[in-house]
Amino acid sequence: MISDLFSTTVLIGILASGIRLATPYLYASIGEVFGQKSGVLNLGIEGQMLLGAFAAFYVALTTGNLWLGVLVAMIVGAVMGLAMAFVTVNLRAQQGISGIGFYLFGMGVSDLLFQKLLGTVETVKGFPKIFIPGLSDIPGVGEIFFSQNLLVYIAYLLVPIAWFVLNKTTLGLKIRSVGENPDAADSLGVSVARIRYFTIILGGILSAVAGASLSIALLNVFQQNMTSGLGFIAVALVYFGAWKPAGVLGGALLFSMINSLQLWIQVLGIPIPSDIAVMMPYVLTILVLVAAVSRVRAPSALTKPFERED
Amino acid sequence: MKKFVWFMTLVLAFALVLSACGAPATEAPVVTQAPATEAPTAAPTVPPAPAKPFRVAVVMPSAINDLAFSQSMYDALVRIQTEMGGPGKFEFVYSENMFVVDDAAAAIRDYATQGYDLVIAHGSQYGSSLQEIAPDFPKTSFAWGTTVDTFGQPNIFAYEAASQEGGYVNGVLAATLSTSKVIGVVGPIETGDAKLYVDGFKAGVKATNPDIDVRVSYIGSFSDVALASEAATTQIAAGADALTGTAQMVVGAIGKAEEANVLWFGTQSNQSSLAPSIVVASQVYHWEVVLKEMISKIQAGTLGGESFRANLANGGEVIEFNPDYALSAEAKSLAETTIKGIIDGTIKITLP
Repeated sequence: MISDLFSTTVLIGILASGIRLATPYLYASIGEVFGQKSGVLNLGIEGQMLLGAFAAFYVALTTGNLWLGVLVAMIVGAVMGLAMAFVTVNLRAQQGISGIGFYLFGMGVSDLLFQKLLGTVETVKGFPKIFIPGLSDIPGVGEIFFSQNLLVYIAYLLVPIAWFVLNKTTLGLKIRSVGENPDAADSLGVSVARIRYFTIILGGILSAVAGASLSIALLNVFQQNMTSGLGFIAVALVYFGAWKPAGVLGGALLFSMINSLQLWIQVLGIPIPSDIAVMMPYVLTILVLVAAVSRVRAPSALTKPFERED
Repeated sequence: MKKFVWFMTLVLAFALVLSACGAPATEAPVVTQAPATEAPTAAPTVPPAPAKPFRVAVVMPSAINDLAFSQSMYDALVRIQTEMGGPGKFEFVYSENMFVVDDAAAAIRDYATQGYDLVIAHGSQYGSSLQEIAPDFPKTSFAWGTTVDTFGQPNIFAYEAASQEGGYVNGVLAATLSTSKVIGVVGPIETGDAKLYVDGFKAGVKATNPDIDVRVSYIGSFSDVALASEAATTQIAAGADALTGTAQMVVGAIGKAEEANVLWFGTQSNQSSLAPSIVVASQVYHWEVVLKEMISKIQAGTLGGESFRANLANGGEVIEFNPDYALSAEAKSLAETTIKGIIDGTIKITLP
């Protein structure tokens, strides 16, 4: 039975579904990378995702316009990010606690809106799969990489873009300096507050798009608490990926592929108790995290509110 | 750096707990459409209304319009109220979203103090709280579900659903309609109501055609729609041409079944509206059947000590066929014969 795992169908299945499952993590984690690089931990991702997922779904359902759905989700995410930025930058609240607060807020509000505006689970026609001409016909590879929907492709494009912005632009330099040594950055005329506002709002937007990628691209339904802890995994992946977009990509793919592997293990009837199977991705992620942690160094000012010394 | 390992371990643990317990109800069933109001086939008669209204209080883990576990109870109470002649005869109040068991316990005690005739703790997670509270209020009747355990106390009723029965009928239908001879199941956590349903389903398939391969994947969560959807995709890729599943996260799976044009069998609520072209039939709960029995007992002076079960025979479970799915007359009559067989006892469902 174990040998069944090595058939092409299974391997293609694992890779293709790993790519899909990783999509929301990529959006959310890359947003979180920007935030943490500038010194702000956002634990409210889950709440931003839920609100983004609902906003995108509701707009797509009522107007039939998917892009409008994404746009509204982005606006909702930006507003959430703005609020988060105000609380963490201006009020200098403890970031972990206020993040949990934003998570609960997003969960509650998305639930309330769902009950008041929809009241029942409905489906929407989401972003269709796009078959990239030529490439999608390549056996195996085509099915895995080139037969996904648009929001999946964009998520993967974000990885090099985020790397470029963080490492090759002035903005990226400012973000990193604010996260490493805000006092020095401040004395050189970089506005710590402005940079952090920018990264937190960007994080909110990307988290909301992560939610939208679920509700109108991958699943095409909305349900209460549908993200189910995914936003917290996204935070973990940032540490896992050592604050690098490529590292986050690797972590997201590893976690997702192990998850799809465990689904196949169950489907193929390999006798491992389901409780053990579903733990696999979490356990392995912790193991890799522990093994890799010696080379990891967090941004020095992470979770520290900035206060200018006069 | 040690701090971060600790922190991330905590975050991961938190995520795991969240994903596992995302759904507030331990047996949080499903989803879609409120069950059609339908006269239960063998419902006991409505108890005669007393001069004072009969007063019921319910504590529920999720929202009354969750289209799932809590709503099935809420709908049942509304139906009883209508049958008994409005709020003047039958009055009910509820506390919803009581996923924190401590809060629920406080609410149960409050309701008991206020002298309600029947206080329902709708969620098996409330059991141990109820066990402590009930002896303090010997004149109040309590009901607890879904379970069979009354803790041997004279003022606790227990109720549950024989979800394996509807599962069996769905299994028979699925086995009849499957041509690939591979059938997939997407389950939440291998326990309680979900396990009963899945085991009943497997028994139904095997009884109809022992050669069919039934593959079960439990995703470890009541709320992870994304993983449920990938589980369905995996089942389909592995050759399944008929799927079923239980709990609220299956909406994700139904969507994938519809995309792949694979049959779906629902449970706990009527899921036809989500994918009219592929949903064949759904098992739907009607708690009013067991509630009416309890009310009769209470009015006759028995406050508890018995357990009740909603099943096909008493109309507490109803198989609703999807009118938009062209089910062959043969298959439909086979399903109906199966239902009759379960009701009259000629079909015995053996669970592992």
